[in-house]
Amino acid sequence: MRIGIIAIQGDVSEHIDAVERALCERGIGGEVLEIRHEGIVPRCDAVILPGGESTTLGCLIEREGIAGEIQNAAKNGIPVLGTCAGLILVATRGDEQVYKTHQHLLGLMDVKVNRNAFGRQRESFEVDLDLPFLDSPYTAIFIRAPAIMDAGPEVDVLSTINGRIVAARQNNVLALAFHPELTPDLRLHHYFLDMISVT
Amino acid sequence: MELENLRHGTELIKRGFARMQKGGVIMDVTNPEQARIAEEAGAVSVMALQAVPADIRKAGGVARMADPEIVAQIIDTVTIPVMAKARIGHFVEAEILESLGADMVDESEVLTPADEMYHIDKTGFTVPFVCGARDLGEALRRINEGAAMIRTKGEAGTGDVREAVRHMKKIMGEVRELAGKDKEELIKVARDIEAPIELVLESADLQRLPVVNFAAGGIATPADAALMMRLGADGVFVGSGIFKAENPEMMAKAVVEAVNNYDNPEKLAEISRGIGSGMKGMSADTIPPEEALQTRGW
Repeated sequence: MRIGIIAIQGDVSEHIDAVERALCERGIGGEVLEIRHEGIVPRCDAVILPGGESTTLGCLIEREGIAGEIQNAAKNGIPVLGTCAGLILVATRGDEQVYKTHQHLLGLMDVKVNRNAFGRQRESFEVDLDLPFLDSPYTAIFIRAPAIMDAGPEVDVLSTINGRIVAARQNNVLALAFHPELTPDLRLHHYFLDMISVT
Repeated sequence: MELENLRHGTELIKRGFARMQKGGVIMDVTNPEQARIAEEAGAVSVMALQAVPADIRKAGGVARMADPEIVAQIIDTVTIPVMAKARIGHFVEAEILESLGADMVDESEVLTPADEMYHIDKTGFTVPFVCGARDLGEALRRINEGAAMIRTKGEAGTGDVREAVRHMKKIMGEVRELAGKDKEELIKVARDIEAPIELVLESADLQRLPVVNFAAGGIATPADAALMMRLGADGVFVGSGIFKAENPEMMAKAVVEAVNNYDNPEKLAEISRGIGSGMKGMSADTIPPEEALQTRGW
């Protein structure tokens, strides 16, 4: 099993650690690939878009020719996880803030995103979040986090904070507004790895 | 889920913000137009200040926090995070920047220090801080005061990368030396470098600083940025190097691409071609010791 992590910018090493630990817990072999250039995505069984700056990431996956490869992979049913900035990138539509910078969106999930739905860094927060597939709350870290304001009928809403959607799934695409890679709790990485075996 | 259950300003959130900057370029800007250029080039953040370090050096006098009006305008202009510099020890400047909505405060030696004894107690702030360091002891003292991110000091405003190289190699080398030492030897190291023992033990165990570590001070070209990444930096700050270059737009874009291709010389050659000349700069060894910025702070 090959898990590719878009490694252009952001907290890439944290995702690599989390995936490697999750694979180890499952007792299955797997390879984690860092993707900084084109040609690697087509060899992956799953792709993760990490947290970072969405404006920067969007601009560089385009310049490096990775954007189209991710769109093709998603179309072929390869599971894609987007966390924080990654949630923005998988969306079909954005708010004014998103378009102000000519942000390129991959359009993998039928949602409209708000780039900094919860405000600036001083408003960033931790919270214990309920998710339908977990039996106890998950400590979620939100950093200048986006949120989904509006989701199409194909989208499964998994969690909300004050009416704003912070976790959602549409078939093989999972989007989280927070950072599961910053805490030692691996349950969300396991949930994502489960998506590989079923698709 | 209710908003009152949210926990703000925790160590995890402050250090987490710095982690999102990894692999990125943070550019000094002095007005909204420059901030827009930096954002379009792919900067991960901008650093708002009154004048770039090269101009601060030239102007002399007291260098202070930027005009809040300019910081506010820059915040309104870009969607990426906005950082701003406060003087060493000047906690009121830091509070003002926090209230304006700055996403990170740089307690910076580039500005004239406000306190000759103490750095800001950064633990009480909701906003995260980045601080400069020349060696492991200095880095760990800043982390102990609450810094969520470290950068090398280098020698700002010179366009000469040698001091940033010196500081990065020093910190990396000192961390490597911790490996293989037992606890009592590490306690001795902590005493020698005047750093808290817990942070020395943590650095020995992680084999890196416990927070994100960027390069800064004198980085002027795509090759300089790539060099600092090769030496183990998590990302780079470029100060005067962008807007003192012949063509700031092209230089900004080239530095961003160089950081993403730092280990590919062919690609770096392509990136570095035809982008105009870098800032003129000055050799760091021609600066009289009393004018060096890196010796501010301790």
